[in-house]
Amino acid sequence: MARVLVQREVFDLGAESALLSEGRTDVGGIASFVGICRADDGLAAMTLEHYPGMTERALAAIAAQAESRWPLTGCTVIHRHGRMLPGDPIVLVLTASRHRIAALESCAFLIDWLKTKAPFWKAEEFADGTTRWVDAKAEDDAATARWGA
Amino acid sequence: MKLLYFAWVRQKVGLAEETVTPPPEVRDVAGLMSWLATRSPGHADAFAHAAQIRAAVNQDFAPASTPVAANDEVAFFPPVTGG
Repeated sequence: MARVLVQREVFDLGAESALLSEGRTDVGGIASFVGICRADDGLAAMTLEHYPGMTERALAAIAAQAESRWPLTGCTVIHRHGRMLPGDPIVLVLTASRHRIAALESCAFLIDWLKTKAPFWKAEEFADGTTRWVDAKAEDDAATARWGA
Repeated sequence: MKLLYFAWVRQKVGLAEETVTPPPEVRDVAGLMSWLATRSPGHADAFAHAAQIRAAVNQDFAPASTPVAANDEVAFFPPVTGG
């Protein structure tokens, strides 16, 4: 059963990673992905909106997919919402397994799937005061598709 | 029926949520979108972009052919951009 959190607060990579291995001796590796707010094109801030209720359900379903496809000993997905500044961490994916390939592959799968299957929307703010909604990217759909249905 | 709007759909409609009673001929997501477009200029503006709008029925992603009923929670939003 994965640990899935949707929160405004920043997460602690070290503490979350420790939760996946402490008190057990069967974990051979933990893979991590941290998504960070980038400052492209003069971006000043980014606000993430989500669908409370559905977001948690969608992330849990995506994590359950990862757990059914790879032999994981643990899995953590934390996605923030609210206003982020460049450099702020947005999303954390951790996967733990006996062996590296399952951990690394499932981590990549999770971030690919949650980009196209979890109800979050990014609005960008620029230094000149303009704002715009981020459009979905075809390359994200392609990244999701490489894992099959 | 409870409706929720997110991102630019919310901004164009001018509401985050509303409760509606669609006429009986509204049977699916596509029909609901067509009917909603007639409710206000904001709704019309949002649902003029129907091809760019995705839906969820009772918190599951739902294609336009998905049936809708009186007690459903239906959400409309652009393609997702999280991660």
